[in-house]
Amino acid sequence: MIAAAELPAPAADAVPGRRRFIALLATPATLAGGLIVALVVICALFAPWLAPHDPNAQNLAEAAKPPAWLGGSTAYLLGTDHLGRDILSRTIWGARVAAIVGFSVVLIGCSIGVSLGMIAGYVGGLLDDLIARVADVQLAFPFILLAIAVVGVLGPSLWTVILTLGVTSWVQYVRIVRAETLSLRDRDFVQAAIAGGASRARILMRHILPNIASPITVLATFEVARTVILESALSYLGLGVPATVPTWGTMLADGRQYLDTAWWMGTFPGLAVSLTVLGINLFGDGLRDALDPRSR
Amino acid sequence: MTAFLIRRIAGAFGVVAGVAVVVFIILHLTGDPAAAMMPLESTQAEIAAFRHAQGFDRPLWVQFASFAWNLLHGNFGLSLRHGEPALGLALERVPASAELAVTALVLAVVVAVPAGTVAAVKRNSALDVAARLLALVGQSTPVYWLGIMLILIFGVQLGWFPVSGTGGWQHLVLPAITLAMFTMARIMRLTRGSMLDVLQSDYLRTAVAKGVGSFRLIWHHALRNAWLPIVTAIGIELGTLLSQAIITETIFSWPGIGRLAYQAILDRDYPVVEAVVILGAVSFVVINLVVDLAYAALDPRIRYE
Repeated sequence: MIAAAELPAPAADAVPGRRRFIALLATPATLAGGLIVALVVICALFAPWLAPHDPNAQNLAEAAKPPAWLGGSTAYLLGTDHLGRDILSRTIWGARVAAIVGFSVVLIGCSIGVSLGMIAGYVGGLLDDLIARVADVQLAFPFILLAIAVVGVLGPSLWTVILTLGVTSWVQYVRIVRAETLSLRDRDFVQAAIAGGASRARILMRHILPNIASPITVLATFEVARTVILESALSYLGLGVPATVPTWGTMLADGRQYLDTAWWMGTFPGLAVSLTVLGINLFGDGLRDALDPRSR
Repeated sequence: MTAFLIRRIAGAFGVVAGVAVVVFIILHLTGDPAAAMMPLESTQAEIAAFRHAQGFDRPLWVQFASFAWNLLHGNFGLSLRHGEPALGLALERVPASAELAVTALVLAVVVAVPAGTVAAVKRNSALDVAARLLALVGQSTPVYWLGIMLILIFGVQLGWFPVSGTGGWQHLVLPAITLAMFTMARIMRLTRGSMLDVLQSDYLRTAVAKGVGSFRLIWHHALRNAWLPIVTAIGIELGTLLSQAIITETIFSWPGIGRLAYQAILDRDYPVVEAVVILGAVSFVVINLVVDLAYAALDPRIRYE
């Protein structure tokens, strides 16, 4: 009996399996999104080998060169900035910060949010109320202001940015996870596990979590996109990663001052952010359609 | 209804109190506020004197009690930079911010709801694809980059609109479009999804069978039922708008509360930061209360008890 109760929880429609999932994922939009995301990840991983120049090497003799096709030199395909640094190299390196921050923040926010959400939904009662109130407070706090205040107090660093964005991005997960957990709590397979003597932690980890993995995955994907935007916004405001590290946000902030003379300085890093976010969103849309056919 | 109102208002106070506690914690537990507020080149003696003058050398619970007491009296202390009451400084900036935010929100709704509706009705048509593409791009474009591109194209290159400050309606155009874009994309997607659901419902098929004209059918029968999630989203989007306003106002030098907050944080002017954050939380809570009440007006099935 206990063995039966310990069977993994039944998935909603496991029958057609992986092949159908891949078929659903293979739409042009999703593939395009996946391709963009893959490109960004490759840039992030292999920046030192892909970038044609040292991203911080200044060369004032080559300052503010336009992109190659507008009369610049082929040594600097996307032109140079006001200090003669290569825009292409800095954009490639910028992918690294975006990826590090994007993934770490989502990991932190997701862990906090999913744990709290499952506790709120499964345990209920006073804990549920408490978590709901804290979530209300978090929602009422103008997010950027919180981030700016914390970074302002702690001083800008990569870890401050990750920590701040991480601990403030859990609310969305709580909402979804709580609702899903509530609906699973009274299902037969959970009741069977309880009857079989499984501990609370075991039920949450082995029986509830696998069944709510799909919506969490989809949400986490979109949260990566949101984080990339927020990180570059903080950097743009001068409150993100210190200026010695090339990020898309700081490149944009530099470019803002040279809009009328060197438009390429701000345009390319901005395009990088937009494309990255677009890619993640496209991929996330496809993932959602494939994982949850109801939501189409 | 009265009981519901009382409960909601009590809850709203709770949320604002929670935000106040968080602000206190951030400013007092993450380091020495005196050292953080004083200019970097201050001497130890100057910092100690400032610490004493501001009362930061008192026990933490005494500081919190006095912070809470002052808060209840609307007293946030004097701005360290301007020497004026912080709350007054923040309130002064509210009209400019409200002007920008309301314009952006109206712009977003006026474009997004019809566009989303048309996209749903003409599903998979070129119009639908265009609307969805626009929504996708709108959601993917960071607000500050959009602002910079608009400045570059319409301000610097074409010279159609001024790129900073306030004045006539021309000053409002670029910042309002910048601020509206993300919300517009969200509402458009939501309207489309919500309308698609409604269009497949039985009562709408009944209305078609009865021979209701298609214009009236869509704009009267269908949209009224699709409104509910849209209104919820608008309430939540206002929170996003408040956050994005900080960036938009900074880019366009718009003299609103967001730019004040940004400047205050750079100046380490914490009384002003506190005032802005609490004010932001209050407006968010009030707006969402209004949204909740708007449900009842829009959907007679909802009755609060």
